[in-house]
Amino acid sequence: MEKSKGVSSTFVGGVVVALVVGLVLGLVAGPSLFGVPPQTITLIQTVTREVGGAGAVTITATPGPTTVQLAGSIEIDGSSTVYPITEAVAEAFMKIHRNVDIKVGISGTGGGFKRFVIGETDINDASRPITKSEAEAAAKNGIEWFEVPIAIDALVVVVNKAATWVDCIAISELKRIWEPESKVRLWSDVRPEWPAQPIRLYGPGPDSGTFDYFTERVVGKAKASRTDYIASEDDNVLVAGVERETYALGYFGYAYYPEAKDKIKALKVQDDEAGGACIEPGDETAKTFVYPLARPLFLYVSKKAWDTKPHLREFIYFYLENGPAFVKKVQYTPFPDHYYVKALALIKSGIYTGLYELTRLKNENAGPR
Amino acid sequence: MSSNIFFDPVFLKNLRRRQIKTTLVNILLLAASSISFISIVVIVGSLVLESSIFFGQVSITEFITGTEWTVLFTPKKFGVQPLLVATAITSLIALAVAMPVGLAVAIYLSEYASNRARKPIKSVIEVLAGIPTVVYGYFALYFISPNLLMPLIEGIGVHSALAVGLTIGVLIIPIVASLSEDAMYSVPEDFRQAAYSLGARKLDVVFRVVLPAALSGIFASIILAFTRAMGETMIAAIAGGFRVYYSWDPREAMQTMTAFIAQVATGDAPHGTIEYQSIFAVGLLLFLVTMAFNIVALYIVKRWQVRY
Amino acid sequence: MAGTVLEVKVLSRRDRLKKILDIATPVILAIAVFIAISAVAALLITVVYQGAGRLSLNLILEYPSANPAEAGMRSAFLGSFWTVGLSALVSMPLGIATGLYLSEWSSWRRFRRFVEFNIANLAGVPSIIFGLVGLSLLTYGLGWGRSIIAGAFTLGIMTLPLVTVSAAEAVKTVPEALKHGAYALGATKLQVTRYIILPRSLPMMMTGAILAISRAIGEAAPILIISGLLFIRRDPVSIFDRFTVMPLQIFNWVSRPQVAFQELASAAIIVLLMLLLALNASAIAIRYRFQKRLVL
Repeated sequence: MEKSKGVSSTFVGGVVVALVVGLVLGLVAGPSLFGVPPQTITLIQTVTREVGGAGAVTITATPGPTTVQLAGSIEIDGSSTVYPITEAVAEAFMKIHRNVDIKVGISGTGGGFKRFVIGETDINDASRPITKSEAEAAAKNGIEWFEVPIAIDALVVVVNKAATWVDCIAISELKRIWEPESKVRLWSDVRPEWPAQPIRLYGPGPDSGTFDYFTERVVGKAKASRTDYIASEDDNVLVAGVERETYALGYFGYAYYPEAKDKIKALKVQDDEAGGACIEPGDETAKTFVYPLARPLFLYVSKKAWDTKPHLREFIYFYLENGPAFVKKVQYTPFPDHYYVKALALIKSGIYTGLYELTRLKNENAGPR
Repeated sequence: MSSNIFFDPVFLKNLRRRQIKTTLVNILLLAASSISFISIVVIVGSLVLESSIFFGQVSITEFITGTEWTVLFTPKKFGVQPLLVATAITSLIALAVAMPVGLAVAIYLSEYASNRARKPIKSVIEVLAGIPTVVYGYFALYFISPNLLMPLIEGIGVHSALAVGLTIGVLIIPIVASLSEDAMYSVPEDFRQAAYSLGARKLDVVFRVVLPAALSGIFASIILAFTRAMGETMIAAIAGGFRVYYSWDPREAMQTMTAFIAQVATGDAPHGTIEYQSIFAVGLLLFLVTMAFNIVALYIVKRWQVRY
Repeated sequence: MAGTVLEVKVLSRRDRLKKILDIATPVILAIAVFIAISAVAALLITVVYQGAGRLSLNLILEYPSANPAEAGMRSAFLGSFWTVGLSALVSMPLGIATGLYLSEWSSWRRFRRFVEFNIANLAGVPSIIFGLVGLSLLTYGLGWGRSIIAGAFTLGIMTLPLVTVSAAEAVKTVPEALKHGAYALGATKLQVTRYIILPRSLPMMMTGAILAISRAIGEAAPILIISGLLFIRRDPVSIFDRFTVMPLQIFNWVSRPQVAFQELASAAIIVLLMLLLALNASAIAIRYRFQKRLVL
């Protein structure tokens, strides 16, 4: 082994060890030095978000009767469609209540429910209502729950910006593309005037509520789909794929669309079976459910968690109090404002059923039943 | 006084104690060493146990010979071939990259490089080996695919077996290079000198004397690199696309065995469902295949290594 | 058919071809080496180019966030620290013990061969299999949950071959003369180990441990299986906590299409690579430092 001339190896070793130690110390001492301020409840908290491209939004967190320090953990899992909203709310909530730890997973609506019904999670994000078998499983395990609708999603069908040949697609065409054992391989298999290029399909995996909803709505039977598409529970992967491939076609929740608007194009959808016209996805068309692929999004809350965790109750109150703001921020469509107010009042008075009917109320003067 | 230390009672008492301590430590070290054996047993055991739930519902024949894998969808089909083919393709492409480059590097370092050049080149190759596979995945998705493959190859998408294979190939170059170089290094200098003295050119010495002598080691390195490629997860998960597709066309996006395991394990977690248990069946298959190859490699080294 | 010593002016076609090849070969080989090096260079340059702008101390101080401007990998950094640190506590004693046993203590050749065979096989097992077994055995079987300690033990067994091999090599480098001299003076194996072998081989064993740690820090697949993909905004407080590690955080960010997240991923990669560089450099430094002392 040759001796190294030049910089002494002790020096090198010492510097390196110092670097590593410094790195670690900096991290450990960081909180007190770099100002993660002690927990205070202030009158106004400003939360700036960049998701969706819009500017800053001020979320007011009024200090409730809780001068008690909230502490504990909340385990949330489920839909990747609902995830952006829940994540945003959780982040804001944790900034105010520093001792509350909220973990949000994206196993998909179905995957999330599988954990929810055995009591592993407190809240399930869901982009479709709970199924009968899931409800039965929950009952079998002694898990009681209640459903909280929180937003409307205009599920988008997207193609690459360079796909200039298509602007509007019919439900029947979507069905032909996506049904199980589909023979469609090229764009021209759908409409002869389209290019004779293979359609590269992107879509959510079978654990996703988006998948359940899409297959039910378009193909006619839940979970009935061809299997040779690029699947991911993470909608970001789907966006990335369609963004980069000229002949790609994908579907996912609206929230993931605006950020990539310059690279992907949301198609207008025509419900040709009902004789409808080509409708563009958006706030107005989603709110009235004129857009054929508009669907409600839910939170499912475990009753046991609700009863035993005060911080979870505060979280849900916070969610409903600031619902419209967060939903708009993430670019989904909120229910009418009066829904959130009424829902909050209902829950606070101990009634946990009938929230979905509240979303259907036409005006704010109609009372809850 | 004829004092033999071995008759001194104090010494004898201490000796006894030291012997006991030594024996105890011996047992301790023996136990520690058995962990390696126990680990293998435990690995095989858990895989077999967990996949027995799967194989209770799916026949082994259907598993091995079926060509459709729709475990996550309905109706469920349990033929593992699409995953197997994807793993095979990506690993073979990886080998096609790593074999020539790795061998070339090894030959260069061992026979041609000057002493001064050897150190830095070796270090660079070592760096290749130390880079985490996530970084390679990033490299595949954001560099190799968009800049190299998509502009040059018609009909290739962002995700493809080719992107995965090429990147894994870069990853395993150091394995081929360093193991082959070791093999060539251990060929005695006498062999080379004898060949030169017979008038051989350097070309002949390298390719007709050294290489054949080091062949067993080189062959073993190739097999080990191959199994490493088969077991690679992150690159396949990032750049391969989660799409079960039975095809030998490397331009297609296809999901390897490892990527499938990654997908399911991060998706839902409930123990006992057939979807969940399928990852253990696939894992068992992967384990058996890689272990078979590894044992062959070890055997080759042992049996065919010419001792000098 | 080698040419004879006498160089004949008129060369056959075959010999002429060979002569060309003889000169061309190093060039071809050098090109291959160049390809390998440029692959590394391309990788590093891509990463640095995308990520350098995003580097800041906040990267390890801040928690992950939906807002890429605010995001950091604090939870992943600490998670890696805890998990890998703990895994070293598992692999080092076992590895050093096994290495000692193989190189010095074992008297049964067959068992020694057997252990070596198993170590070689363990080294060849794909990393994701370790994750599966850890999940089955530790998370669910022993009920440790998807926790730091489950990850640590999994990584520990995974890196065991590395530590063992370098420990065995380290023990072998101790000069026979020293050991035999000690035995001749009546020392027991324990004494020889304690006073002669360990002090001299410890630096090399440390090097092996550091290499194992470097390997473990970069591993994503087994942790992916055990822990899953998580959005964690809290420091770990116990070994039974859920966790995430740096490579997984990078994996998370790589999957997002927004350019801001790509930059974040590259910056995180730079941090990870710097850490690995520091570790490897310290391993080399230790080796050099103590190699100089090795007289005899």
